Amino acid sequence: MKYKDYYQILGIERDADTDAVKKAYRKLAHKYHPDVSKDPAGEEKFKEIADAYQTLKDPEKRAAYDQLGRHSPGQEFQPPPDWGQQFGGAPFSAEDIDLADLFAGLAGGRRGAARQGGKFQMPGQDYEVTAHITLDDALRGTTVDLNLTVPEYDDSGRLHRVERSFKARIPIGATDGQRLRLRGKGGKGFNGGPDGDLYLNIALHPHALYRVSGHDLYLDLPLTPWEAALGAEVEVPTPRGSVQLKVPPGTHAGQKLRLAKRGLPKPREGEGDLFAIVQIVVPTVLSERERTLFKELSDASTFNPRGHFEREMKHASRAN
Amino acid sequence: MQAEQTDAVWLDAQHEYSIAELVRCSGLSEAELRELVDYGALVPKDPQGAQWTFSADIVVSAQAAGRLRADLELDAQALALALTFIRRIRELEAQIDELRAQLPHRFR
Repeated sequence: MKYKDYYQILGIERDADTDAVKKAYRKLAHKYHPDVSKDPAGEEKFKEIADAYQTLKDPEKRAAYDQLGRHSPGQEFQPPPDWGQQFGGAPFSAEDIDLADLFAGLAGGRRGAARQGGKFQMPGQDYEVTAHITLDDALRGTTVDLNLTVPEYDDSGRLHRVERSFKARIPIGATDGQRLRLRGKGGKGFNGGPDGDLYLNIALHPHALYRVSGHDLYLDLPLTPWEAALGAEVEVPTPRGSVQLKVPPGTHAGQKLRLAKRGLPKPREGEGDLFAIVQIVVPTVLSERERTLFKELSDASTFNPRGHFEREMKHASRAN
Repeated sequence: MQAEQTDAVWLDAQHEYSIAELVRCSGLSEAELRELVDYGALVPKDPQGAQWTFSADIVVSAQAAGRLRADLELDAQALALALTFIRRIRELEAQIDELRAQLPHRFR
């Protein structure tokens, strides 16, 4: 098992009192708690901080931890031979558990208390994982492979870390940030307690064309100035095949053209919409003929898109 | 070995949870959950009903409350306030995502 320096993790001295332990923990927890922090590494960091606190805040567990001696963080070590008996811990095999499992198995710990009560039932722990899926998976539904390493007690009451793999069917209707529950797929219940659940967070891979908001999709639709002015019928890709979109005359940049029900399917019924966002694009290099025609248009047109500037400026000069 | 296949269930407004189920999946006690309802941080489907049921999307809030209570030792009033702020942040994030999705690629 790998050693972790719980004092170093909390940034405190070895002789820090309980108050200092609590203060250091709270300060770090406010920064890294997964419900507060947006730091992607925050969850892992918080787990370490919480494990350190769970052990050091409890005088008995802290004494047991100190008995493990001092090692460098990450160094492989074995607890002294009579360590488990001395602190009333559950039997364990030190190879396949981590330091936090070891302390969770000590008397006074959640599991320890349950074990000593004999008939006391404990529900299994809930777990949470993120499933990364593509837009195509969201459209058609998919199956994801999940692999979890969880602490479990075997029949003889020994604590082990076991690999669990299974497939989860994600129904049609998934989108970014949605949550699913897999009943009974979390940690095993203890003494006949119910098994925990597994929660899946859906994360959609970014798509080259579509941007996702809920079940709606957004797509950039580049138009030429003449298509925007005169109107046009253009072919637009959608996740379920391309469609002809009528662009009305006088369309301007930034306008959202809605293609109803062309977004992502919703969980039970209905679909989101697809919005084509107009961009007016001009050629960077003009042919001689194009230049002549644009020049002609410029001379002939009386259109002034900045009329409101002039009105505002006149208004301001009158006010002064 | 053939891996076992499981169906996942959406946590959304279409499913209902009883208060007992919410106790089970949040780690909060029924009294704590009732207090959060009293403070308006969790809203049952039928607040006047004899047996409260909750829309399944509340599970996310209730679990966050359970974690914050356990990890930061917050009392019910502080939890209720934290949940209100978290919900507000989620709403603002959703608005930002929606606005960002409307920005052309080159401006993102």
